[in-house]
Amino acid sequence: MNHDSYPDAYIRGILNTVKTIAMVGFSPNTARPSYFAFKYLIERGFKVIPINPGHAGKEFLGQTCYAALADVPEPIDMVDIFRAPQFVTPIVEEALKLTPKPQVIWMQLTIRNDEAAKLAEDAGLKVVMDRCPKIEYGRLSSEISWMGINSRTLSSRRAQNLGGGFQRMGLGQGKKEEPSGS
Amino acid sequence: MTMADAERIPGFNTLAIHAGAKPDPTTGARATPIYQTTSFVFDDVDHAASLFGLQAFGNIYTRIGNPTCAVLEERVAALEGGTAGLAVASGHAAQVIVMQTLLVPGDEFIASKKLYGGSINQFNHAFKSFGWNVVWADPDDLSSFETAVTPKTKAIFIESIANPGGVVTDIEAIGKIARKANVPLIVDNTLATPYLCKPIEYGADIVVHSLTKFLGGHGNSIGGMIVDAGTFNWSRDKKYPMLCEPRPEYSGIVLHETFGNFAFAIACRVLGLRDLGPALSPFNAFLISTGIETLPLRMQRHSDNALAVATWLTQRPEVAWVSYSGLPSDKYHSLAQKYCPKGCGAVMTVGLKGGYDAGVKLVSNVKLFSHLANIGDTRSLIIHPASTTHKQLSDAQKVQAGAGPDVVRLSIGIEDKEDIIADLELGLTAK
Ligand SMILES: Cc1ncc(COP(=O)(O)O)c(C=O)c1O
Repeated sequence: MNHDSYPDAYIRGILNTVKTIAMVGFSPNTARPSYFAFKYLIERGFKVIPINPGHAGKEFLGQTCYAALADVPEPIDMVDIFRAPQFVTPIVEEALKLTPKPQVIWMQLTIRNDEAAKLAEDAGLKVVMDRCPKIEYGRLSSEISWMGINSRTLSSRRAQNLGGGFQRMGLGQGKKEEPSGS
Repeated sequence: MTMADAERIPGFNTLAIHAGAKPDPTTGARATPIYQTTSFVFDDVDHAASLFGLQAFGNIYTRIGNPTCAVLEERVAALEGGTAGLAVASGHAAQVIVMQTLLVPGDEFIASKKLYGGSINQFNHAFKSFGWNVVWADPDDLSSFETAVTPKTKAIFIESIANPGGVVTDIEAIGKIARKANVPLIVDNTLATPYLCKPIEYGADIVVHSLTKFLGGHGNSIGGMIVDAGTFNWSRDKKYPMLCEPRPEYSGIVLHETFGNFAFAIACRVLGLRDLGPALSPFNAFLISTGIETLPLRMQRHSDNALAVATWLTQRPEVAWVSYSGLPSDKYHSLAQKYCPKGCGAVMTVGLKGGYDAGVKLVSNVKLFSHLANIGDTRSLIIHPASTTHKQLSDAQKVQAGAGPDVVRLSIGIEDKEDIIADLELGLTAK
């Protein structure tokens, strides 16, 4: 995978497939980016499990927080990492020991660790670096366009309403790929 | 579709029509609906809290955002190659919001002397009263930008093609000076539009527009735009508190870490526009977005017509000089070839041998040209600044402002060029 720019189809494929996301480096501080992404992804129908040893056992938005990936009692589809690049490799090593193995390692906006990415890709996982799943979901669902953001997508098809409210959009089925803009 | 098709990058003409404007999600309407509403209902209390806390994307109240305005924002951002846009009530409002987001009282910004007169006034008077101190530099002497940099400098402001003198600014060279000073370069791209010039490709970090002019293009709506290039690191020197410090207005959110490469546009919206209030009306956004669909066709015709008119004028006995960078003899022609190779836009100034009286006679005798204070209409426009916009200045001040008694400004429309030229001939030869 070229990690400098991802095709929309790759990102859309990941967000359309994963259901359970473990968020490593989750902060219970509601002003932090990880809390933003946590809350948003739950509202869009993902199961998001917070991982933070300082808050293990507590519940946030109804989700139990665990100290480590190995403590999570259910299969994890994607590990979303909110930690500085130098801490990423051990987290990926931990993720690769899980059974079943997760399908995706996702490193947040500004976080990139190519060594860790290679470990994961060699084990057959998909990797995304330096992106935020909240922003990518918002971009590909067109929700982010309400904020004047350049979604770099064009389409002559109506965006899909997710239901359960007015301003909640879905990702479509990902079969019809639109061109991505500049 | 193949992978190659799926990841195709659309061209400028395609973006001008489609960017930002997918069919309406609720009705399927293909043209962009005019969401003429002040407010949007919340799904529930939690949804409202998420929206107000910036934790969800969505609409609250039209002063902060509106789906019709959002189409325009995304379209201009895409055309400029930026990460996000913010539409506001006028070009001048865009400049206020940009500076309010970057400066605190006592700060400085460097601006090119060769700017639209209204911007010179805004910077010299309104901005000084806010404590934002302009330091003028000369685009014909790049070292004057470098020597103007002080520890208080927060930004550099230039126009790509300056109104009205036909000055083309060396964006790339000034961009390097801004980079060295670690301040953002702001480019007013009103006269060129992204069809003729894309300042972000040459180092602009922020682009502003008066949408009133060529983007709207039909002389029917006032509007302004801020485009975030996504290129500036707001956290590096910690000198932009709106972006790099926890905001008390939003329970301690740091906008740059939360919104990454579109944080500047978000800051302008959720701090600047929200608190200062110059929102664009959805109706104007609709008219301007519709105008942009034909931007590439119009700008090419404006530029082709203007070059023909300028060439014709240089051969007239009544004309002392023509300032238009499309003319090979023009001082700015080589910069124009670099920054706007497709054409140099619609606006030129003309010096008349007969001075003040000849200017009055010309504006009084044309029949196709409209005598008014605007540029960037489909219609050809003319103004004699010395007897109108600059009347209150002394002759020396008029000359300094590029509005001497002999100067006429033209904004060439997209009518048939033969008719435009015939009309000017009528005005020049009238008794
Ligand atoms: C280059 C330029 N910038 C800014 C403005 C101000 O725009 P508005 O009139 O939309 O406030 C103008 C208007 O003439 C202009 O020509």
